[in-house]
Amino acid sequence: MADEPKKIPDVTKKTVKPKKPKIPRQKMPEQEPLIRAHNFEEVPYGYSIETAMIEASRCIMCKKPKCIHGCPVGIDIPGFIREIRDGNLKKAARIMKQSNALPAICGRVCPQEEQCEIVCVVGIKQEPVAIGRLERFIADWERDQGEIEIPEIAPSTGRKVAIVGAGPAGLTVAGELAKLGHQVTVFEALHKPGGVLMYGIPEFRLPKAIVEAEVDYVRQLGVEFVYNAVIGKYFTLDELMEEEGFHSIFIGSGAGLPYFMNIPGENLIGVYSANEYLTRSNLMKAYDFPNYDTPIIRSKKVAVIGGGNVAMDSARTALRLGADDVYLVYRRSRVEMPARDEEIHHAEEEGIDFRLLTNPIKINGDENGRVKSMTCIKMELGEPDASGRRRPVPIEGSEYEVEVDTVVVAIGNGANPLLPEATPELKTNKWGNILAEDETGLTSMKGIYAGGDIVIGAATVILAMGAGKSASKAMNEYLMSLDV
Amino acid sequence: MNRIISKDRLAEGIVDLRVEAPVIARKRKAGQFILLRIDETGERIPLTIVDSNPEEGSIRLIIQEVGKTTYSLGELEAGDSIKDIAGPLGKATHIENFGTVVCIGGGIGVAPVYPIAAAMKEAGNRVISIIGARNHDLMIMEEDMKKVSDRLVVATDDGSYGIHGFVTDALQSLIDEGLKIDLVVAIGPVPMMKFTSLLAKKNNLPTIVSLNSVMVDGTGMCGGCRVSVGGKSKFVCVDGPEFDGHEVDYDELTMRQSAYHDMEKEAMDIYHKCKIGRDGEDK
Ligand SMILES: Cc1cc2nc3c(=O)[nH]c(=O)nc-3n(C[C@H](O)[C@H](O)[C@H](O)COP(=O)(O)OP(=O)(O)OC[C@H]3O[C@@H](n4cnc5c(N)ncnc54)[C@H](O)[C@@H]3O)c2cc1C
Ligand SMILES: Cc1cc2nc3c(=O)[nH]c(=O)nc-3n(C[C@H](O)[C@H](O)[C@H](O)COP(=O)(O)OP(=O)(O)OC[C@H]3O[C@@H](n4cnc5c(N)ncnc54)[C@H](O)[C@@H]3O)c2cc1C
Ligand code: SF4
Ligand code: SF4
Ligand code: FES
Repeated sequence: MADEPKKIPDVTKKTVKPKKPKIPRQKMPEQEPLIRAHNFEEVPYGYSIETAMIEASRCIMCKKPKCIHGCPVGIDIPGFIREIRDGNLKKAARIMKQSNALPAICGRVCPQEEQCEIVCVVGIKQEPVAIGRLERFIADWERDQGEIEIPEIAPSTGRKVAIVGAGPAGLTVAGELAKLGHQVTVFEALHKPGGVLMYGIPEFRLPKAIVEAEVDYVRQLGVEFVYNAVIGKYFTLDELMEEEGFHSIFIGSGAGLPYFMNIPGENLIGVYSANEYLTRSNLMKAYDFPNYDTPIIRSKKVAVIGGGNVAMDSARTALRLGADDVYLVYRRSRVEMPARDEEIHHAEEEGIDFRLLTNPIKINGDENGRVKSMTCIKMELGEPDASGRRRPVPIEGSEYEVEVDTVVVAIGNGANPLLPEATPELKTNKWGNILAEDETGLTSMKGIYAGGDIVIGAATVILAMGAGKSASKAMNEYLMSLDV
Repeated sequence: MNRIISKDRLAEGIVDLRVEAPVIARKRKAGQFILLRIDETGERIPLTIVDSNPEEGSIRLIIQEVGKTTYSLGELEAGDSIKDIAGPLGKATHIENFGTVVCIGGGIGVAPVYPIAAAMKEAGNRVISIIGARNHDLMIMEEDMKKVSDRLVVATDDGSYGIHGFVTDALQSLIDEGLKIDLVVAIGPVPMMKFTSLLAKKNNLPTIVSLNSVMVDGTGMCGGCRVSVGGKSKFVCVDGPEFDGHEVDYDELTMRQSAYHDMEKEAMDIYHKCKIGRDGEDK
């Protein structure tokens, strides 16, 4: 780590009164809730250079920075923040990119409050340094400059690596191994890269142009992308190794299998999995029908089932698609909601109607098979269950009906079985997740590694990237041990 | 990009494309399909791989023009390209020597039944095919079907060609002949598959049908293609597209196919208006 400055240099004198003792955590300006609820543009605007420099000056540049351990990809946080503080933005971007190829994405969607920021020492007495916002700022700044710096690529090693899935896990492995001189090809089932970043997380939270730009950076590292290639069908893993000449494979195929509730009426028209609802809107741009060909039901009253980020994204999407009323139906109470606080807060501000301690038991249709209402039952919290959370139990006789024309089921995703089904040698657990060693990501098959949601179940972008990072180390060692 | 090598019109509203897709051409098996997206603003739609030529690196698609995407496909010419083609998707047909297999195709359903008939024939089955259309002009792939069948029966709804009646009538007459049938494969409009399955069931004939629900990704990720089979929800794109014809909830399938009728009509209306603007006439 670089040497520590004795005291914070006063670079902020232009914008802040010199003697002001404690600089508060800098806010990001946002679109007004009632305006943004009707457009797909990004909600927060991001820091200006001035604000970013002020926020950067709040970091005390710890000698043993705890924040770095909170980051699954180990970004040199004080390192890049120092350069922002000193106005060396190019250098800040370079430090960032050493450990994170997708900073504009992570700066937006990382649950920072549970990762790097929760351990920040400034947070003990005040609010922690806004690491995520600074990360987002520096990535956006570099992109807006129009010239993205490409690091030096090691000379070719003659080893070929195939990556299955262009989500954050796959993209990370691809970038890391390409920098080390391996020849990397990413096979992606869909027609666009990014995985959930492209098809799941909505435009207003993560603009797709940013995903494209960060993927383009990975491409500029020399990675080749093949789209519309469903591995297991297009090529099997064996074929990749034996016929297509790849020396090693990384599987980052994600948790793309939607769960349904198995209640009556779930196949009526107007019942969507969150995956379908979001894919139609994001990947296929159904919100811009008929300019784009893919339709999505024009709902007036929507019920979204679930309490996680995916449910918040679906509810906020429904509003933007023109619904008058959007209910978020969750069977526990607000404190048990797994979604990020920021997302819950944004959803509330925009006017999502939270129906907590409520569980759907039946969806009712009209004579054309379209959803017309949903029967719910009220719940109360009982004894804690295996997850440590109090178990919701139905209150007998409390059933009631809500009029809705669309139901979005956002109760979670399992592992997509397509690839394991095509590859019986690939060992999985009882939920269908691929078994892989913690440290290396090595699967039950020689030379084949896996990481991200397909291994640990639906989690976060940065955990998927962390898994990609450790797997790429192991893969590099494995590749270099081969005679080619 | 997937270049179109050749284009033919088989009948009014039905086009036959040979498209470059070298890997799919090598890998595909009977019963599988592709998903295509014509251009950047296009919808992803599924189409059966009717045939392939691995040497040429091409696959054959036969398309009935029913809406915006299929009409737009019908406008493409040799040399044009299709932006995205993903495949081969879906489970391949279970092929073995069953004995006598009756392959039934109704309307555009002849196209997807053809590769199955061909594979059944190659596996040593006696293949008897029934193909049906509303009238003689709409009858497609008769020559192709003849080549892969031991016997071919044709039927038209209006009697303008072959047997006067539905494919179910033709199946009934095969049953009446006392023919021993080991398997029925029926592909076509939902009512046709439904009534064929009912007739087959009455005669204790195992039946396979291929379902065409509305799809998006085709990889099991969205669940939009789900249909109840044997009381359980199945994803047609990965669990199918073929299922036991006696177990399928056809009414639910028909209902789910109608999910976007209003918007599909709207898209078609705009498409037509653009056509009039461009060509000075409605096509
Ligand atoms: C709506 C939604 C909102 C979310 N919000 C957040 C958030 O705010 N913050 C956060 O940190 N996390 C969030 N998550 C979770 C996060 O997106 C995931 O944990 C992360 O994307 C997992 O990355 P991955 O690389 O493992 O898989 P994915 O992102 O799922 O990517 C997998 C890719 O592999 C492809 N693929 C699958 N099978 C095959 C195959 N056989 N052949 C070729 N390609 C294949 C898929 O098409 C996909 O592109 C959210 C998830 C969803 C669904
Ligand atoms: C596995 C499978 C194989 C198929 N094979 C063939 C084939 O070989 N030849 C052929 O002509 N047709 C085939 N189809 C049907 C074909 O996909 C539809 O005709 C086509 O999607 C219509 O699109 P459109 O935009 O032209 O019409 P639209 O006006 O959009 O739709 C007309 C009707 O087509 C169906 N449809 C619409 N969008 C989709 C979609 N995304 N996925 C599935 N169905 C949709 C709906 O029932 C709709 O009511 C197949 C369908 C499936 C599921
Ligand atoms: S990547 Fe995520 S965890 Fe790491 S520093 Fe950035 S915001 Fe924090
Ligand atoms: S823990 Fe906080 S104050 Fe310390 S280096 Fe990290 S961000 Fe700066
Ligand atoms: S089309 Fe999405 S799961 Fe079948």
